[in-house]
Amino acid sequence: MEFWRWVFCVLLLIASSLRVGAEQLRRGQRTERISGSAGDVLEDNPVGRLKVFVYELPSKYNKKILQKDPRCLTHMFAAEIFMHRFLLSSPVRTLNPEEADWFYTPVYTTCDLTPNGLPLPFKSPRMMRSAIQLISSNWPYWNRTEGADHFFVVPHDFGACFHYQEEKAIERGILHLLQRATLVQTFGQRNHVCLKEGSITIPPYAPPQKMQSHLIPPDTPRSIFVYFRGLFYDVGNDPEGGYYARGARAAVWENFKDNPLFDISTEHPMTYYEDMQRAVFCLCPLGWAPWSPRLVEGVIFGCIPVIIADDIVLPFADAIPWEEIGVFVAEEDVPNLDTILTSIPPEVILRKQRLLANPSMKQAMLFPQPAQPGDAFHQILNGLARKLPHDRNIYLKPGEKILNWTAGPVGDLKPW
Amino acid sequence: MKLSALQQSYTNRRSNSFRAAGGLDSSVDGSGKSPAAVFWLVLHGLCCLISLVLGFRFSRLVFFLFFSTASNGGTSGLYPSTPFLGTTADIAGSLSFQANSSPNLELPPNRTAGGISSSRVVVGRHGIRIRPWPHPNPDEVMKAHRIIERVQREQKLQFGIKNPRTVIVVTPTYVRTFQTLHLTGLMHSLMNVPYDLIWIVVEAGGTTNETASLLAKSGLRTIHIGFDKRMPNSWEDRHRLEAQMRLRALRIVREEKLDGIVMFGDDSNMHSMELFDEIQKVTWIGAVSVGILAHSGNTDELSSVVHKKAEEENLPPPVQGPACNSSEKLVGWHIFNSLPYVGNGATYIDDRATVLPRKLEWSGFVLNSRLLWKEAEDRPEWVKDLDKLDGVSEEIESPLSLLKDPSMVEPLGSCGRKVLLWWLRVEARTDSKFPARWIIDPPLEVTVPAKRTPWPDAPPELPSNVKEISIQEHTEKRHAKSRASRSKHSSRSKRKHESRTVDPQVSAKVSEE
Repeated sequence: MEFWRWVFCVLLLIASSLRVGAEQLRRGQRTERISGSAGDVLEDNPVGRLKVFVYELPSKYNKKILQKDPRCLTHMFAAEIFMHRFLLSSPVRTLNPEEADWFYTPVYTTCDLTPNGLPLPFKSPRMMRSAIQLISSNWPYWNRTEGADHFFVVPHDFGACFHYQEEKAIERGILHLLQRATLVQTFGQRNHVCLKEGSITIPPYAPPQKMQSHLIPPDTPRSIFVYFRGLFYDVGNDPEGGYYARGARAAVWENFKDNPLFDISTEHPMTYYEDMQRAVFCLCPLGWAPWSPRLVEGVIFGCIPVIIADDIVLPFADAIPWEEIGVFVAEEDVPNLDTILTSIPPEVILRKQRLLANPSMKQAMLFPQPAQPGDAFHQILNGLARKLPHDRNIYLKPGEKILNWTAGPVGDLKPW
Repeated sequence: MKLSALQQSYTNRRSNSFRAAGGLDSSVDGSGKSPAAVFWLVLHGLCCLISLVLGFRFSRLVFFLFFSTASNGGTSGLYPSTPFLGTTADIAGSLSFQANSSPNLELPPNRTAGGISSSRVVVGRHGIRIRPWPHPNPDEVMKAHRIIERVQREQKLQFGIKNPRTVIVVTPTYVRTFQTLHLTGLMHSLMNVPYDLIWIVVEAGGTTNETASLLAKSGLRTIHIGFDKRMPNSWEDRHRLEAQMRLRALRIVREEKLDGIVMFGDDSNMHSMELFDEIQKVTWIGAVSVGILAHSGNTDELSSVVHKKAEEENLPPPVQGPACNSSEKLVGWHIFNSLPYVGNGATYIDDRATVLPRKLEWSGFVLNSRLLWKEAEDRPEWVKDLDKLDGVSEEIESPLSLLKDPSMVEPLGSCGRKVLLWWLRVEARTDSKFPARWIIDPPLEVTVPAKRTPWPDAPPELPSNVKEISIQEHTEKRHAKSRASRSKHSSRSKRKHESRTVDPQVSAKVSEE
C-alpha cells in the first residue's frame, strides 16, 4: 500500500511539472523568457536583498535646483531626479545607516540647463565635489570606505567625466573622487575612460505616459522596413560630417536616402511613436554619445533596434541579452546595412519580436511614476544587489587614505 | 547634447588657450606659447590662406590622398565623401577658431583616445563611408518585402481573427454596359480578402460567356448560375427580381451545405476590407451600416430644389443600418429617408432622376450559412425555414423576412457606427451598346488622323461617300456614349456642357435622317 502511494505521488509530480511546462510553452508562443548572463533576473524583487541609506543633503543640491528649472523632470536625464524620489519612499530605504549596504547621495548634477534645454556640465564637478565634502564631514561612512559602498546617478552624456564633448571628457576622465564609488550612468562604451569597471548602465529617461498614450492597436500591420528620424549631419557643430556620430549617420543618409525600404528623414512628425509601431527595424545609431532614447522607444513599441555604435555597452547588459533582441551593425558595415538586414532569416526576426513583446522587457526600460515592479528602478536595485556582499577590503584601515582630494583640473577645486 | 557654435566659442575663450588641431595628444593646451604652438599657428594660418585662395577646404582632399590607406576606414571600394560644394561655409569654418573644425592635416586620426590603448574606437574626424553604387538593390528589396509579409502574417495570426470562416458572397448580375465596370471592382475587392471565399454569381437571362470570362480572371472559387427571367427595365421590378435571384443563391447554399458566412455583395457596391474582418464576428445574423450615395441624374432645377430643401432641413447622414441605444443593444433601424425625393425618384433605369435605395438593402446583412441548412443542430427557433418562402407569393424585401424575431440581429461595426460599405447605383441605358467583352473587333477606322509625325500632314484621300457614312457612324457611337455619360455619377459641369452641345447637333442629325 505504501509503495502504491509513493508511485501515486511521483506520478502527480510528473503530471504537474508537465502542465507547468505546457503552460510555459503556450505563453512562450507570443513572448519569450529573457535570460541574460545574470540569469532570468528581470523579475527579481530587490526588496529584502539590500538596504539603501539616503543622505539628507541641503536643498540647494536638489530641490532648489529643480525649482529653478522644472524642465529637468522631462528631459532625458531626468532619471537622477526620479531615482531620488523612488528611493525616498521605497521599502529598501533604511533610516539606520549602520545597517545600510549602499549609500545614495541625491545631487542633481544635470539640471543646469541652457535656454534650449541642454544641460551645461561646467559646474557639475564642483557640485559633486562639494556634496562629497559635505557627506564626508558630516557622516563617517564616506571615510570608512572612501566611497566604495556609495553609488551616484550620473546620467549625463559621458557619465562622470562631466563634459558633452568626447575629447574633453576623455581628457578630464572620471571625477577623481568618484573612482571608488559605483556609478549609475547612461553612457557605456567598452574600453573607454568614462566607463568604470562595475558601473551600472541604465536606459535614458523616456516619458512613460507619453509613450503609452500613443499606442496603436497591435494588429496594425508593420509595413515600414527600416525607420529613423533624426539628424544625419549636425549642421551647427559639424557641418561637413565626419565628427558627428563618427560619420555613421551621414553614411546611412548617403547610402540609403533613395532606398524605398528606408524611411529616414530629419523631420519631426507628430506621428513619430505611431510610425515606430508600424516599423520592423528602428535604427539607433550613435550621435555625439553612443547611447540614445531611441533604444527605449524601440523596445516599448516592439521595433527591433538596429544598434550602430561600436563597443557600446547597453543598459542592464548583464540582465538583458541584447545580442538576441537587437541587431548590432559595426560602423564600418553601414554601407551594407540593407544586405545585413535583409539577410536575417524571418524566424530570427520573429523571435526577436517575441522577446521584445515580453512585458518584463518593456517594463525594465521605463521609469514610471509611481514605480512598478520590474521597472528600471528595480533593475538598478537588482544590479546593486548583485554586487553584494561587499568585499572585506573596501573598508579602509584607520588612517589609510587612497583618494587625493586635490587631483583634477584646477577649476574643479573651487567651492560651489 | 551638442551645444551651438556660440557656446563652443565661449568655452574656448574661457579655456584661454589656442586649441591645436584636434588637440588629443598635443600638450599645448593650457601652457604658454611654445615654439611648437607658434609653428602650428603659422601652419594653420597658411592653410586658411590656401583655402581662401582655392575656394574650398583642401585639407580633406590632402587627407584623403595621403591618409586614406592608413585610416581605419580605408578599405578598398569605399571612399569618404569630399564635399566640394558649400564652399563659402567651409571658408567661414576654416577661418574661425571653432575648435573641432580646424584642418587636421597634421593629425592622422589614428591616435587613440586618452591613454587607453586597447580601444578600437577613436575620437576625431572619420570618413563618411559610401559604397560605390549607393542605390537600392532589387534583390534586397524583394527579400525585405518577403520579410515584411512574414511579419504581417504572424501579426495576423496573433492579433487577428482566430479560426476564420469561409465567406460566401452572393451577387446578382446581368450583362449590360456597366457590368464589366462593377464586376471588376467587386472582383478585385474579393481577390484581396484574406479568407477563403466562395462566390455565387446569379445571372439574369441565363449564364453568358461575357460574365464567365470575367469571373475566370479572378481565380476565386465561383459558382455561376443562370436565372431564367431577363432583367426588367424599371427599378421596382429589378429589385424584386434581384431578391429572387438572391434566394436562388441561398437555396444553393442550402443544397450544397456550404459552411461559412453569407454576405450579399451587389456588384455596384463598394466594400472596404474591414467589412470582411468585421463579418467574421457574426454568430447567426448581423447587420452593418451601409452608406447611401444617392445621386441625382443631373443638375436639373428640380433636383437642385430637392437638394436645397434637404440641406435646410439638416437631414441625418444617409446611412442605412442598425440603430443602438447606449448599452449597445439593437433598438431599431436607420433607413434612408426618401421623403425629399418623393415623386422625383427614378423609375426607369435611364431616368434623369435620383435612384433610390430600398428601405433596407440586402447588402447590409450577413448570415451564418447554417441558418439556411435543412437540419442544423443549434439553429435558433426564431429563424424561418427557407423552404417555406418561395419569394413569389410574398415580397421578400430584406433578410429580415427570414426571421420570426427581427430583434435577434447582431449589430456589427461598433454597433453600426462604422460604415463599411457604400451603396451606389449607376447604370447606362438598357439599350446602350458596347462591344461584346469590350474587345473592339474589327478595329475602328481612322476618322481624324493625328497631325504629328510620322503621320503625313494630309489625310489619305477617302472617297466622299465613305467619309459621310463614317462620320454618321461616329456620331451615333458618340450619341450612345454621351447618353451614358449623362447618367454617370460625377456631376462635372464640363462634361454635361459637352453633352449638351453635342446634343442639339446630334438631334439635328437624327432629324435629318
